Amino acid sequence: MTMGCGLLFDQTLCLGCGACELACQKEHGQPPHKAVKLDADSFTFVGRVEGGYFQRHLCMHCEDPTCASVCPVSALRITKEGAVVYDASICLGCRYCVMACPFLIPKYEWNSPFPRVRKCDLCYEGRVSKGEEPACSSVCPNGATVFGERAELLRIAKGRIQREPEKYIDEVYGEYQAGGTSVMMILGKTTAASGLREGVLLDALPPLTGRMLRKIPVAVPVVGLMLAGFYFLTKRKNDIAKEEEEEKNG
Amino acid sequence: MARGRKPFLLVLAAIPALPAYILFMRFVHGLGAVTNLTDDMPWGLWKAFNVFSGVALASGGFTITAAVVIFHLEKFRPVVRPAVLTAFIGYMMVILSLVVDVGRPWNLWRPLFYWNERSVLWEVGLCVIFYTTVLFLEFLPLVWEKLGFRGGIRFWGWLTPVFVIAGVTLSFLHQSSLGSVYLIVPGKLHPLWYSPALPLFFFLSSVALGLAVTSCGAHYSSRAFGKSFEPLITESLGRATAVVMIIYLAARTLDLGMRGNLDKAFRMDTASLFFQAETALLGLLPAALLLFPAFRRDPGRVAGAQATVVLGIVLNRMNVTLTAFQLGTGARYIPHVFEVAVSLIILCAGSALFYLAVKHLPVFGAGESISSPPAHKAPEKVRMGT
Repeated sequence: MTMGCGLLFDQTLCLGCGACELACQKEHGQPPHKAVKLDADSFTFVGRVEGGYFQRHLCMHCEDPTCASVCPVSALRITKEGAVVYDASICLGCRYCVMACPFLIPKYEWNSPFPRVRKCDLCYEGRVSKGEEPACSSVCPNGATVFGERAELLRIAKGRIQREPEKYIDEVYGEYQAGGTSVMMILGKTTAASGLREGVLLDALPPLTGRMLRKIPVAVPVVGLMLAGFYFLTKRKNDIAKEEEEEKNG
Repeated sequence: MARGRKPFLLVLAAIPALPAYILFMRFVHGLGAVTNLTDDMPWGLWKAFNVFSGVALASGGFTITAAVVIFHLEKFRPVVRPAVLTAFIGYMMVILSLVVDVGRPWNLWRPLFYWNERSVLWEVGLCVIFYTTVLFLEFLPLVWEKLGFRGGIRFWGWLTPVFVIAGVTLSFLHQSSLGSVYLIVPGKLHPLWYSPALPLFFFLSSVALGLAVTSCGAHYSSRAFGKSFEPLITESLGRATAVVMIIYLAARTLDLGMRGNLDKAFRMDTASLFFQAETALLGLLPAALLLFPAFRRDPGRVAGAQATVVLGIVLNRMNVTLTAFQLGTGARYIPHVFEVAVSLIILCAGSALFYLAVKHLPVFGAGESISSPPAHKAPEKVRMGT
């Protein structure tokens, strides 16, 4: 299997037909419907953008996924193909992934007694792990969503922007966002107008907590030994004070 | 006679009916049935009040045991037991809240075996599990004493410094890590609260809160249970709280200044008002008052100021988890009336447990081991500590 695959979405090619939504719902056994937003039963949706454009929304499949790094039991993990997948059987339901995702992607089953985190899994189970492409790209009639190796997709994206700079915003959304994502987008309208999350850090986020966590194996013995040191020091001080007291009295 | 009691009994029967109904809805129809949580606001009042504030409120356990057992500040010995008891009950209530709050509580044990050492919440989970165990061990001498189990009392007296060092280290990690939880959402937390120094702020404020809670507890429970503490204790706790609070507030001000966010504190918008309420009104003001020896001579005033500090730091935890997150993401959340009910029920359950423990265990009594009160006749006790 190819390493580091992903999807490239080209806003200027999207017809807004919604075939990707239906294919995605079928692949994941969800009732077919016109998605209006990302929710527990819609892993992708196509939104209208001013100027006759359409924008697909889906999990960006970060190369260093925040959700996977914050999960206390690694119920979320990244596969070698680059898909960020979820295992409900070990999930606690703490919803730190929902809280932390810089793209606001994971959705929760709020009305289930056995709730799961829901998001695009890049069709990992049924397709990508078997060397097939995801359902959405396989049905896209206009090549707006294409599947491939990330490096190759990035080259294609930059080529298109370079060839027609007047048509595209000069940025591949996902090249650097959150440290780089496997799903990338090129846009005819700004990220804000396209309804994408703006201001996402251009660095991977897990190191923000990682820096702190790495100190713990050092902090524990240091703090423990310091406390033990204070214990003996102050005890000795008290003992000496007491002896002096006794000497004075006796 | 029986007829006269009927309405009263009906009211009494209704008290467990409400939590039973809420729990039924929660576990049959999901969190959405009893909460206003959404995908935009996945953490609500239960996390903010019962978990984040709850853990902070339990910090009296580690601050006071550290003062007495590690630093040998014997004057605080009479409040060790109530502080340890409060912390132990507090952590049990935190775990209870998590059972209600997390979506799949039957998996709550998994962090023990499914490691993700990149996750702050994994570390937090382990801290909860280990520190609750340590608190249980620190609490056991009260049971040994009640049972008259001399061997246990002696053995525990000998082990106490080990438990306390473990407990303080775990608390240091746990309190600061709750701040670290928010390090990963720089884009989602209002800049008045987001800071790379969040773990330090959470730890410093938890120390102040631990002292303040213990001081309030000593004052009010001495009135409720007819046990009197020497005013010297709350006097000293008042001074210590003031010093730690001022260090904490100075650190936060310095941090805001260094990152160019200090002006945001004075804009008179929603963010700045919540910030001012937390840091000035409920932080600096009581801390400044507690600095004055004349003010500290009146135990009632000290208790009032300490209660204000408690409110201020609880408001800080609520501000980080609720206010700053909403301001940073644009999410809107007002807790469901059932969320408020559950939060209060858990608080009441904790208070009831505390009351029961005080009734039946030597919490304020003179004991022989770790947390035993009067240490003035001390040589024998010090020997036990070695």
